Amino acid sequence: MSEFLQQLLNGLSLGAIYALIALGYTMVYGVLRFINFAHSDVFMVGAFIGYYTGRHFPENTVGGGLVVLVIAMAGCALLGMLIERLAYRPLRGAATLNVLITAIGVSLLLEYSGQVFFGATPRTFPAVFLSTNLTFGGLVISSNQVLVIIVAALLMLGLQFIVYRTKMGTAMRAVSLNPKAAQLVGINNDVVISFTFGLGSALAGAGGILYALNYPSIDPLMGVMPGLKAFVAAVLGGIGNIPGAALGGLLLGTVETFVNGSQWSTYKDAIAFTILIIILLFRPAGLLGRVSVEKV
Amino acid sequence: MPRPHLYLLVSLLAAFGISHFSDQIDPYYLDVLTGIGINIILAVSLNLVNGYTGQFSLGHAGFMSVGAYSAAAVTLFLGPKLLGEDGGTTLQQGLLFLGALTAGGLGAALAGLVVGVPSLRLKGDYLALVTLGFGEIIRVIFQNVEFLGGALGLNGIPPYTTIFWVLAFVALSVFTVTCLVNSTYGRGFLATKDDEVAAEAVGLNTTRYKITAFVVGAFFAGAAGGLYGHFKMTITPTGFDFTKSIEIVVMVILGGMGNTLGVILAAILLTLLPEVLRPIAEYRMIIYSLLLIVLMIVRPQGLFNFKLGKAQS
Repeated sequence: MSEFLQQLLNGLSLGAIYALIALGYTMVYGVLRFINFAHSDVFMVGAFIGYYTGRHFPENTVGGGLVVLVIAMAGCALLGMLIERLAYRPLRGAATLNVLITAIGVSLLLEYSGQVFFGATPRTFPAVFLSTNLTFGGLVISSNQVLVIIVAALLMLGLQFIVYRTKMGTAMRAVSLNPKAAQLVGINNDVVISFTFGLGSALAGAGGILYALNYPSIDPLMGVMPGLKAFVAAVLGGIGNIPGAALGGLLLGTVETFVNGSQWSTYKDAIAFTILIIILLFRPAGLLGRVSVEKV
Repeated sequence: MPRPHLYLLVSLLAAFGISHFSDQIDPYYLDVLTGIGINIILAVSLNLVNGYTGQFSLGHAGFMSVGAYSAAAVTLFLGPKLLGEDGGTTLQQGLLFLGALTAGGLGAALAGLVVGVPSLRLKGDYLALVTLGFGEIIRVIFQNVEFLGGALGLNGIPPYTTIFWVLAFVALSVFTVTCLVNSTYGRGFLATKDDEVAAEAVGLNTTRYKITAFVVGAFFAGAAGGLYGHFKMTITPTGFDFTKSIEIVVMVILGGMGNTLGVILAAILLTLLPEVLRPIAEYRMIIYSLLLIVLMIVRPQGLFNFKLGKAQS
């Protein structure tokens, strides 16, 4: 039983990180209808911002860790908005395929620039946050895991507030529903899209820091697998649907952790894709997505 | 004899002719040429699926790996039994290799059928994702199959790939795709791409067209995989990941979707580019990715697509 709880906790903390990344995918898909492949590399940059700033703060403190987290989120938000402005905005209205290839290009650019400027060898992420292990009757809880779940939950609540309780959030939902009509009622679509990229990228940056705290070896290609899996999580929950992305992330993280702890551990990486295929074949709209009927 | 068949015959003879002079060509150029040829086969076969039929597949490297492993399994496990102790004559080796490449192609085609039947019900981004997912699943399976070397892959594959085989398969793939698309039957591929609903309304079985494109595309990807394995002499599951699929997709898009000549040129260009940029090795992939972004913004219809009015899609 305690082993089950232990794995469940591990799974939830991994799933919370997937959920944070998945939110960025789902929001961008919501407003622009394309898969932002570069998102996983923004996540990587977030971890590296944490690596470079974290060294200037005392280790094992709460305040220092929070400052690092905020700096990484701000840096990633800027990067996300910059990517949108330079690479995606000139392609507004172009075929989806071209935007998809551009996104792949941006993703490769970030990965290879990372290998040149950060170096390709893995680095050890500094212990910026206070970390201890708590034991509850055979259950070992690292404070980092609790931290991941708390920070992710707070960020998701914040996002829920922004999307449903602010003017900008209303505009985001309007653009997602019908970009032309949104423009007609006076919404500046470019500003909204830029804001969406900033918001999604900030969450990816936070995800990068939290991931690096639990798996403290970071390299320029670290984003690829978590990124793909987070995208699967977004599709699982229903792409374009914010609570869906959170649910998908938690589910995927938990399932993957349980598989990893079983005799099938070497198939861990295939699980996400198997789930993806099953979901797309039987419920293409995802768990919480709305089924849309195609009109001719 | 109809003209395309004549071209095929001439190219095969030319391939045979060129292979006789391969001793006099600098081995480095020969290697680059082999790489170009393999990439052309991959790009031309993917173009049948992504370009002519309009189905966005991101799992071509998966089919390539199935072909590479099947072909390598034939030469490694069956080869010694068939050729005997002395390794056989050149002709025997050639026949074995032809058999291995066919087995690789058929293996990949079978995988294409298995993947295609369920996933081709989906469209656009979703199809891209499912094919990507299948590509990754194939990779993980190969990593876990012990007798195929697991994560370490297969080593000591005999170096059967010569410039003749590469050029011959380039000719064969270009011939097959061109003839297929230009035949009366093949108009259905274009119709499926242009407007699936209208194509169905005039009685075309679009699902069958999509699956045909997928299976034929996978066959040549498998053959290219076989050539690749017997060229590099070693294959690992990670060599055929998502990045490799993307590389092939980029060739098709830059060449101009559904434009075989353009795709061939793009495959040549994109194979040569990293070689030319080798002196500034550190920055070459940065330049490659920057070029990709700039080209998509400046020339979205593809680098070599000069036909007006075909620019969209």
